[in-house]
Amino acid sequence: MKMTKYALAAVVAFSASSVAIADGHGNKKATDTSPAEDLAAYRAYFDKRHPDDGAGGKPDFSNGVYSILADARSQWENTEEFPPYEDMVAKGEALWNTKFANGKGYGSCFGDDPAQRKNYPMWDDKRKMVVTMELAINECREANGEKPLKYKKGDITRLTAYMAYESRGQKVDVQIPNDDALAAYNDGKSRFFARRGQLNFSCASCHVQNSGTRVRGDTLSMALGHGTGWPVYRQKWGDLGTLHRRLGGCMKQMRAKPYKAQGEELRNMEYFITHMSNGMEFNGPSSRK
Amino acid sequence: MAKKSIKVRAKEKGGVVTVKALMNHPMETGLRKNKKTGKMFPAHYITEVTATIGGANALTANWAGGISKNPYLAFDAPGKKGDELTLSWTDNQGNSESATAKVK
Amino acid sequence: MNTDMKRRVFLKGSLAAGTVGVAVSAGLLAPQAVMAAWPKAEFEAKKMGDLGAASGDIKVKAPDIAENGAVVPITVSHNMKADSVAIYASANGTPLVAQFMGPGAQTQVSTRIKMGKTGDVIAVVKSGGKLHHAKKSVKVTIGGCGG
Repeated sequence: MKMTKYALAAVVAFSASSVAIADGHGNKKATDTSPAEDLAAYRAYFDKRHPDDGAGGKPDFSNGVYSILADARSQWENTEEFPPYEDMVAKGEALWNTKFANGKGYGSCFGDDPAQRKNYPMWDDKRKMVVTMELAINECREANGEKPLKYKKGDITRLTAYMAYESRGQKVDVQIPNDDALAAYNDGKSRFFARRGQLNFSCASCHVQNSGTRVRGDTLSMALGHGTGWPVYRQKWGDLGTLHRRLGGCMKQMRAKPYKAQGEELRNMEYFITHMSNGMEFNGPSSRK
Repeated sequence: MAKKSIKVRAKEKGGVVTVKALMNHPMETGLRKNKKTGKMFPAHYITEVTATIGGANALTANWAGGISKNPYLAFDAPGKKGDELTLSWTDNQGNSESATAKVK
Repeated sequence: MNTDMKRRVFLKGSLAAGTVGVAVSAGLLAPQAVMAAWPKAEFEAKKMGDLGAASGDIKVKAPDIAENGAVVPITVSHNMKADSVAIYASANGTPLVAQFMGPGAQTQVSTRIKMGKTGDVIAVVKSGGKLHHAKKSVKVTIGGCGG
């Protein structure tokens, strides 16, 4: 196979001790590798790092650590016999079908189709910004004279749980159509790989370099697959939460000041994180420890 | 919309009915402290569970606070398709709930 | 006792009229199984009693490492004629967790239990007047990543 200049950069980046792909730090610029190269690098890295699902099969990375730990997977399968988010999906369906005060509903913004997962996050070229599904929901509400929903928990998670459930099986296919979108993607990528906070860890420190390793009783999940299952029911929360809730929470755990939910930083990170799951299937809502 | 207190389903294969149920209950042991008041949450747990299939006793169980919150229960018992399964519980505070399902 | 009275009334009401009588005479519903008082002393005991002999005919399925000590899924299966199947968590302050009786306790029974710390899940089957047991060790750890 003929190695292009960029493929070589990706391979060199691989062997760099701190990161698997060019991240915008150290001597490498985020722009050194293209999104397509990043995708290939992720898959090669995680396939090599986790060849086994713990039961003699190949991991389905869309199930977090349950993809690689047979013991934890069987406990999770037991939980899923009565999915903890079942009632919330039903509540979300009721919310979807409830008209606004002006007589219109969510259907008027979303073409009467709740199965919207595959359309987000997307690059809005008019406004030069990344639009997430949660943002689109609140923009729909505000356009129809309704107050916006809170972004981390509550009704927005019921709505997105219903929409995600209806969208199950859709392939992740985040598009990066032009240079402005690419800049947002690279911004998200840089933030994912940036060290931060008192502990001086980056997202990649745990979820790329140390995926599968233990932090006391927890096993660190792989970054590949992080985009597919939202919203997530976490046992620790006893409730559903959005991706931005988890990102902010994790930053707090790293003793860093958390980015604001649906602010530019987290939307760009969502753009990067979800793109890296391209080709996998959306499987939200999902349940985790 | 009120949350269903007992979710139950029953499937028959070869004369054996597999029953799976999830019950909504706090299952407080009485040993957990309310951080706001400094007092213990009072003990509040299911003490007895009974199940009947087609009117015949299928299972009786004695429970206490060691069973997890929102208890899960599964068991195999004799029965046939179309039988009515009834699952009931009583707790230490005198409450009780019941649910039925048709064996599929 | 007030709770017993409530329970007897409740049981009669929950079964179809006359079913209790039919079931009792058919031997399907031993009066003891219906009317026995909740075994308070056993559930409050801080130590486990006699477990009987270890038996390969009883299988205890439980995780090697509990994802969440408050919710540990377990399954007990056996092929004996069981008067009762009891489940203990050896390291809990009060180890007895549950007792199962009747036709549904004859092959396999599953539930989710609380385990305060690493210990054994022990199933004790009472059969033919004797006790038999099997156990499975479960590790319970504190997580590292809450959030």
